Amino acid sequence: MKHLRPINRKATQIDEMAASMEEDVVALQQTPQVRPHVPMGCSLAFSPGWEVDAGGGTAGLCQPVERDIYDCYVTCFWPVQVPDHVNYSPDWASKCAVATKDWRNLDIVFP
Amino acid sequence: MTALPTPNFRRGDYHPFEAAGLDFIYLVSAGAIFQMDDGATRLLAALGERELSHAEMVEALAEAGYSQADAQDLIRELRFAQVIVSTQARAVPAPAGPPADFPLQALVLNITNQCNLACTYCYEFGADKIATPEGKKKYMSLETAKESVDFLLAESGARKAVHITFFGGETLMNFPLLREVVAYANAKAEAQGRSVGYSLTTNATMLTPEIIRFLGDNAIGVTVSMDGPPELQDKRRVYKSGKGSYAVVEPRIRALIANHRTRAITARVTLTSGVTDVVRIYRHLKDDLGFHEVGFAPVTAEGERDYTLDGDEMSDVLSQFHALADEWLEFALDGRMHGFSNVSETMAELIQGANKSHPCGAGIGLLGVSPSGDLSPCHRFTDADTHTLGHISSGVDREKQKDFLDRGHVASKYDCQSCFARPLCAGGCHHEAFVRYGDTGHANLHYCDWIRNWTDRCLQIYGALSARNPEFLERFAERKAA
Repeated sequence: MKHLRPINRKATQIDEMAASMEEDVVALQQTPQVRPHVPMGCSLAFSPGWEVDAGGGTAGLCQPVERDIYDCYVTCFWPVQVPDHVNYSPDWASKCAVATKDWRNLDIVFP
Repeated sequence: MTALPTPNFRRGDYHPFEAAGLDFIYLVSAGAIFQMDDGATRLLAALGERELSHAEMVEALAEAGYSQADAQDLIRELRFAQVIVSTQARAVPAPAGPPADFPLQALVLNITNQCNLACTYCYEFGADKIATPEGKKKYMSLETAKESVDFLLAESGARKAVHITFFGGETLMNFPLLREVVAYANAKAEAQGRSVGYSLTTNATMLTPEIIRFLGDNAIGVTVSMDGPPELQDKRRVYKSGKGSYAVVEPRIRALIANHRTRAITARVTLTSGVTDVVRIYRHLKDDLGFHEVGFAPVTAEGERDYTLDGDEMSDVLSQFHALADEWLEFALDGRMHGFSNVSETMAELIQGANKSHPCGAGIGLLGVSPSGDLSPCHRFTDADTHTLGHISSGVDREKQKDFLDRGHVASKYDCQSCFARPLCAGGCHHEAFVRYGDTGHANLHYCDWIRNWTDRCLQIYGALSARNPEFLERFAERKAA
């Protein structure tokens, strides 16, 4: 570490762990990195699209799985069976300004 | 677009201190010590005023001339080490206790509960005694002692070296047994390719040239209980007739120090009302008598006894501790070892970064054995029926041991949770807590301020040495295992 100088054994362990983690994560560390990388979607925010039921599947969710793909649609284009905002469903999320409140407005899509 | 929560940040659980003109922090949840640069100091000062968001922290650092990248690095470092924490962060859990099958490391054999002195403050015989020796053996038998050695070797797992401390009463009143135990334990350990270290505590009244030779030949560490020059020693360390013991111990101690060269000889001073002249006691024991190390501890007392230290006397003791600490640091900066062991012991814990779940090893790696073979958490609980943890013949009573350790765990001491000294103190002596508060798991609240003041002082010494003579600190690395 640059700003903290470890001066006992325990502090050295923390320092070594920090150093080992610097080299560990590759994908999210493009240099030069000026801002902290905040990965959007998936796990950090409320983001319907990745829930599973108690059994690890999607059959027992409280709404059809077709609605559970909001985040694939909004923040990234994931080439699977999601509403296709490039081709046929450009307005799918237009009634959903804030996902935590408006997720019920996401409708089923029949391309 | 989904909204991300943006937490604020605040200062983590650390104790800041200065030494040698530099800024340090003692990270309480880990026991780690770091020296900080200006940026880190500046950021923590800003966070001392109020909680800040990530952007505000960057801004504060930018104002001080830090680039974006530098500021981000600094914040990431401080967050990683938990010097700063998100306001949404959960508290760091207390250190985990030892596993239930923690291998035994040391036994304290109370080879007799008899003593030829009658020190008025004695925790074993004095007003606050908890021992109930009535009807029990006064001297440990060879059979019990051998059983204890077997028990230690069997219960110590894969440890290559174990330790036996001989204790009393007056230990040397059962010297014949001690000699046989050493021979037996050495033979037994050697057969297993292991070794046993020894130490004993004595009042020194019964040392003879023969005993001294034996102790030296077997590298047995000796701690002498002694309170200082004649007028202080004779105040409370007396025979049953009331006669002081100084004249008897002085020539014997000189002979011991002159002839026993294999281990450090230590004096252990009990500070009581009227016996608070720490510096003078130190000078006498270190410079006049020649002890290698001198350690001090205030007497344990339930409340107002005539030997209890009052508040003024405790402050006086602390200020004299500081005077000796100054001297300790001067010596250390010169690369010389000073004999004030209260500092040396703390240095050994600080260099490892001890973060204790329990105040000491009692009931974990260490057990006491009474003359009749009862097990107890340590020598201070010997022969106290209320605190037996089993018997040498039947082994440790795991239920009682668990109860003792659950009570004594630092996490169960509410008052300790906000204290920066808890990684080292963990609530303090189980025995003292029992005598004071009737519960081994009670935090020793009567000396908290004292402990914090002393811990802060030792941190400053540590910080100063880390900057100006770091090699010297390394000498303490092996003093205690982590």
